[in-house]
Amino acid sequence: MVTTLEKVDVVTVGVGWTGGIVAAECAKAGLKVRGLERGAKRGTQDYAMVHDEFRYAIRYELFQNLSKETITFRNHRKMNALPMRMMGSFLLGEGLGGAGTHWNGHNWRFLPYDFQIKSMTDEKYGPNKLGSDYNLQDWGITYDELEPYFTKFEYTAGISGEDNNPFWGKRSKPFPTPPMKKTPILNRFEEVTKNLGYHPFMMPSANLSESYTNPDGATIAACQYCGFCERFGCEYGAKSSAEITVVPTALESGNYDIRFHSNVVEVLKQGDKVTGVRFIDTITGEEFIQPAEIVVLTSYVLNNAKLLMVSNIGEMYDPDTGRGTLGRNYCYQILPSATGFFEEQFNTFMGAGALGMTIDDFNGDSFDHSDLDFIHGASLTITQTGQRPIQFNPVPPDTPAWGADFKKASIHYYTRTLNIGGQGASMPHKENFMSLDPNYKDAYGLPLLQVTYNFTEQDRNLHKYLSEKTAEIMKEMGAKTVVPANPLTDYDIVPYQTTHNTGGTVMGTDPAISVVNTWLQHWDAENLFVVGAGNFAHNGGYNPTGTAGALAYRCAEGIINYSKTGGSLV
Amino acid sequence: MVNEKKGVSRREFMKTTGIATGTLIGGGIIGGLIGYNVNRDKGTTGTTGTQNGEGHGQTQDQPNNVGLKFFTNMTAFNVLSQATERIFPEDDLGPGAISLGVPYFIDNQLAGAYGMNAKEYMQGPFEDGAVTQGYQSRLTRAEIILQGVTKLEEEAQSRYKKGFAELEGEQMDEILTAFQKGEVEMMAVTSDFFFKLLRQATLEGAYADPIYNGNRNMDGWKMKGFPGHQYSYIGQIENKDFVKIDPQSISSMTHK
Repeated sequence: MVTTLEKVDVVTVGVGWTGGIVAAECAKAGLKVRGLERGAKRGTQDYAMVHDEFRYAIRYELFQNLSKETITFRNHRKMNALPMRMMGSFLLGEGLGGAGTHWNGHNWRFLPYDFQIKSMTDEKYGPNKLGSDYNLQDWGITYDELEPYFTKFEYTAGISGEDNNPFWGKRSKPFPTPPMKKTPILNRFEEVTKNLGYHPFMMPSANLSESYTNPDGATIAACQYCGFCERFGCEYGAKSSAEITVVPTALESGNYDIRFHSNVVEVLKQGDKVTGVRFIDTITGEEFIQPAEIVVLTSYVLNNAKLLMVSNIGEMYDPDTGRGTLGRNYCYQILPSATGFFEEQFNTFMGAGALGMTIDDFNGDSFDHSDLDFIHGASLTITQTGQRPIQFNPVPPDTPAWGADFKKASIHYYTRTLNIGGQGASMPHKENFMSLDPNYKDAYGLPLLQVTYNFTEQDRNLHKYLSEKTAEIMKEMGAKTVVPANPLTDYDIVPYQTTHNTGGTVMGTDPAISVVNTWLQHWDAENLFVVGAGNFAHNGGYNPTGTAGALAYRCAEGIINYSKTGGSLV
Repeated sequence: MVNEKKGVSRREFMKTTGIATGTLIGGGIIGGLIGYNVNRDKGTTGTTGTQNGEGHGQTQDQPNNVGLKFFTNMTAFNVLSQATERIFPEDDLGPGAISLGVPYFIDNQLAGAYGMNAKEYMQGPFEDGAVTQGYQSRLTRAEIILQGVTKLEEEAQSRYKKGFAELEGEQMDEILTAFQKGEVEMMAVTSDFFFKLLRQATLEGAYADPIYNGNRNMDGWKMKGFPGHQYSYIGQIENKDFVKIDPQSISSMTHK
């Protein structure tokens, strides 16, 4: 039996950064909002025991239980897709705050180049720089149009930083809080990169340099540099996340509530509108319908796409014909890097998730690509996130993987190893996409999402070029041994790489190549909005959250406007 | 710190008893028990400081709140123990896997959610798949480790007509290397996967918070220079010199 609940103005599916932002803005504007979150309620008080690497970072305390739902994966269409049975390449979040609870807090604005990547690349390098296998496309919005929303997100989150990077877009306001502390590791990177003629700056951080109260009245505490950030929640409330900012803001309005343990299994559509969602209470197993004037998909990239697919909303992407948009332009992140083994010891066990220095000299189109076999690039960063002993056992090349020599070397180099890493852009390729799996099901009987993905020539070339650049910097920093990352081969779902999955529900101005318009309103259902990094037409040379946050703020404005006028927002 | 000499040094003890090389001890129950007394050299002075928090600890050689929850057979447990010790051996830096309690840590983990793959997707159909598709076995981790340990023993018997725990260190290494290279036949899983699992579990046991029954006396952390749970480094993060800090378990949060 299905129970139909009382209708609300807005229902969001998932309550993390994007669901929280939409809820806060809409609830403040007087709309009645309900958040459906499939995980549990949690907050700062639940992170008191978080300094436990094994429980949180190794046994994945905060992450999705894959026994209930996972994805299937193959490198290409000739392979059988098989389930990701254990968590690996990326870490899916669950519970209040979502993946925004266990992020490191690297907060970026994508570059002006990103939003107009096709036009700008074509203009500068001619129309065939990458070739026709890549679905390169503009986002339909410019950096300048998005700038106020970047600012809005940064002021909500209290981002700590300094505006001295010549390569990023113009900022209308300074960072709300000053940059984090510069440590000896960061100082050395700064000195060396300056000497090389580059332009280092402190990474914009959502681990705050000082206590900050945002315009909504929510307070974020000052970071203590405890070294437990990524994969952990913050026991101080010093890492900006939805549950300490936008969620309390929404709740205080009196127009918002959250229903936990509520797993949405279908978006209900009638004609050219959606009517609400169907969900299962994961505790009782009961089925409910939540009717709503407006439905907003605010879960993770993968689940947003899956919900549209199982609800038959939009046309599935077909790699044979190039037709269809849903699942198209799935991208990841390319991670060039170099590791340096030093003779001296560093306090590598101290740190914060977004404590780092960066150069953008090789990001976007900051450098000339005329003679290069790839476009775009990566932000190159040294971070001091806090190395923990189970995960971090660095050994120089030719050291055995176990036994006496391994033990000695991994202990010796634990505090003598630094890494410079790039968040490399990932360009959409016609063979990289999401669809529904024909064989494997989740705990509710729905097909698993299927991901078909492999690294491309563009990725390999970018990775090689920038790993060499990071190795040069590392050498200048005084490392005795410098080891650039191994060249990219096939994408492997086993080792952790990054939880920066993007695309599949891309935004744009042309319904033939986008799922939603530039207000993130679905082309086939005007009262359905889809929000998150799934909207990215490609992945840029930065971590995605800042850009997803800005898009969510812009979308919220669109939703409020739509609630008054109806119709298409474009 | 890590080389504290209390009574007979650990290394001396290992030499005289032959535990490290297994030359002295036969298989079976006696070997099993003695295998677990390699801590005795410091037992009278050390407290775990970790099982029950500072000051409530039990002497090192009688952690009676630590025991087997998964393994039923001491021969198998000894094989596991010796294999972990080869992966993470005792040396001049400090204790190896056995003294750190790693075998008990692994045993205890196998008895719970980890061993039962409670949070992994375990629905069929099962296919081998490509390497890039990862774990596709129908077996749980507990089943894989148990089968692997049994295979280690079989391999020792077939190569040397001796139990694995009785072999010389180099002989154990030879067998472990064969597993690592995927050269040993296993059922529904490859031997290299078993080895990877065992290696990872050994490191987890060496360095997890002592509340999980490995990393005894926080010796894993002491060797590595990791201070465990510290509230804040805000006063030290800018220090130019390396900062040595006595480690602290997360249990200090609950045992005041």
